Amino acid sequence: MKIILVAEYRDGKLLASFNELMDFADKMGGENVMFLVGGDNDLPKYDGKLYLADAGTFGEYSPDVHKQLILDIVEKEQADMVAFCHSSYGWDLAPRVAFALKAAQVSEIVEIVDGVPVVPVCNAKLRRDVQIKTKRSVVTLQAGAFGLPEEPAGTPTIEKVEGDLAGRVQFTGYEQPESGGVDLGKARIVVSAGRGIGKPENVEMIANLAQALGGEYGASRPVVDSEWVEHNRQVGTTGQTVAPKLYVACGISGAIQHLAGMKKSEFIVAVNTDKDAPIGEAADVLVVADLKEFVPLLTEKIQSL
Amino acid sequence: MKILVCIKRVPDMESKFKVDADGTWYEKTDLAWRMNEYDEYAVEQAVQLKEQEEDSDLTVLCIGGDQVKETMKKALAMGCDRGAHIADDNSSSKEPFEIAGIIAEYAKDKSFDLVFTGMQSQDRGSAQVGILVAELLDIPGIATIVDFVYSGGEVKVKRELEGGVKACVTVKAPLVVTCQLGLNTPRYPTLPNIMKAKKKELLSLPVEDLLKVDSRQETAKIYFPEKKGGGLILEGDAPELVDKLIQILKEKTAVLA
Ligand SMILES: Cc1cc2nc3c(=O)[nH]c(=O)nc-3n(C[C@H](O)[C@H](O)[C@H](O)COP(=O)(O)OP(=O)(O)OC[C@H]3O[C@@H](n4cnc5c(N)ncnc54)[C@H](O)[C@@H]3O)c2cc1C
Repeated sequence: MKIILVAEYRDGKLLASFNELMDFADKMGGENVMFLVGGDNDLPKYDGKLYLADAGTFGEYSPDVHKQLILDIVEKEQADMVAFCHSSYGWDLAPRVAFALKAAQVSEIVEIVDGVPVVPVCNAKLRRDVQIKTKRSVVTLQAGAFGLPEEPAGTPTIEKVEGDLAGRVQFTGYEQPESGGVDLGKARIVVSAGRGIGKPENVEMIANLAQALGGEYGASRPVVDSEWVEHNRQVGTTGQTVAPKLYVACGISGAIQHLAGMKKSEFIVAVNTDKDAPIGEAADVLVVADLKEFVPLLTEKIQSL
Repeated sequence: MKILVCIKRVPDMESKFKVDADGTWYEKTDLAWRMNEYDEYAVEQAVQLKEQEEDSDLTVLCIGGDQVKETMKKALAMGCDRGAHIADDNSSSKEPFEIAGIIAEYAKDKSFDLVFTGMQSQDRGSAQVGILVAELLDIPGIATIVDFVYSGGEVKVKRELEGGVKACVTVKAPLVVTCQLGLNTPRYPTLPNIMKAKKKELLSLPVEDLLKVDSRQETAKIYFPEKKGGGLILEGDAPELVDKLIQILKEKTAVLA
């Protein structure tokens, strides 16, 4: 088994997720090489061969070009598998590589059990063992599912990738999220509102509980997308990462992208009508209740302490 | 301008799921169904584009049994012009490459200028179909967009990256885009539009005519994950639950001190 690990680079910086790819490769056994469209300035601490394509030449987002570069390396290395992170880069690029290789793509692997990839179904309420029927395969790894326990410390052997390729899309630059406003990362306590609050008027109920506890309120993405709460209060992969002393998730199902932003909290309480909601897996306490009834009562009680 | 939007019917994720008799998918009875959340954004964006461009025609495509027509009617009521129902009682066992193959086979000689899909489905969640359709049709495809502007054959989109950063991309039609949450605000179909939708064309095509590719993977087994988090579950009356929780917070945390 030979695996090509596709590391990521954004805005001039290597992304730390290369380490998750390395852990995956360790678990799979066999040989591996790494591929990166990046720069000399920030190299993965990887003891092995790194195919390095210059981001200045090939672009940070240029799917046709990155696809071709990877295909060339698959050919050269006679690789059996190409591994990506299940990220904005991976889910744009992996299917293209799979298509060209006539390979099955297994998305969002959470673990490998006896060589069999396991993936989540229905917001992680179920799991699926996947059987690959093609000779080669492409996989994407769920963010955070793999990762070496310690910072890797290797030095790659670099093989520069050259070429003259053109793609059909034109990347014109990054747009940074708006900054300013509340810094949830500093809050000692965060109480978050999820879609379960039902209507914008109920944000106040969550804000009141946060205030009674001396903390800040946050929200899950749908609440932010609906513009009930501003974006700088969003917790999760595409929002803030928080690790307060107490995190209270109200009406939040516990999707992986939300968990990524709060699972390091010291103590997690979830309030949810669904006893099987995946948030229960991350929570220290799951209160099975209607938040509209429970939250105001809890706020009142805390205020009277 | 010819536009295609591909949608899927999925169960409500708050449903109580059961494993089916084969042990390879969830049991489909006793579930509440809806349009895949990501596809609602795709439909809305497709309808907005249709409204913006004169003389355009918008087809909504859905693969599945007869039940999916109900979900297609919602898309028609939101503003799609016609429906292409690919009749397939076994769609849930098809893997993303087969689904993409069916869509591409349907689309290949219809010269769509724009194809919209959701970035993933809420049940299977493989996030592959849209990009595979683009590859099969040999046109550009861009995944996970949160902003879309079309003008004179040129499309400007923003892709959402981790941490809320966006990548701005310009590309020429024809192309496929996969839609991420928050791309727009999907409209609610109005009653008159629901009535009008009933008269719109909704053709059913047998999947056998369109499935020309072989499956590349299978589900060996589907099951409930082992519960690892030893979290405490509190059930009962709200006032009682409040007291219990406060007790726990006092014991386990310093936040009420
Ligand atoms: C690329 C990508 C990035 C993403 N980034 C983020 C991110 O940064 N942050 C984020 O949060 N999400 C993110 N998401 C979205 C994520 O996948 C989920 O869709 C989202 O987290 C769901 O939010 P929710 O839990 O509030 O809503 P839902 O999943 O709809 O859950 C609502 C919950 O409320 C419960 N409920 C309903 N009524 C009540 C009631 N009366 N009382 C108590 N409970 C009730 C329900 O049982 C359910 O569990 C991202 C998705 C993608 C694809």
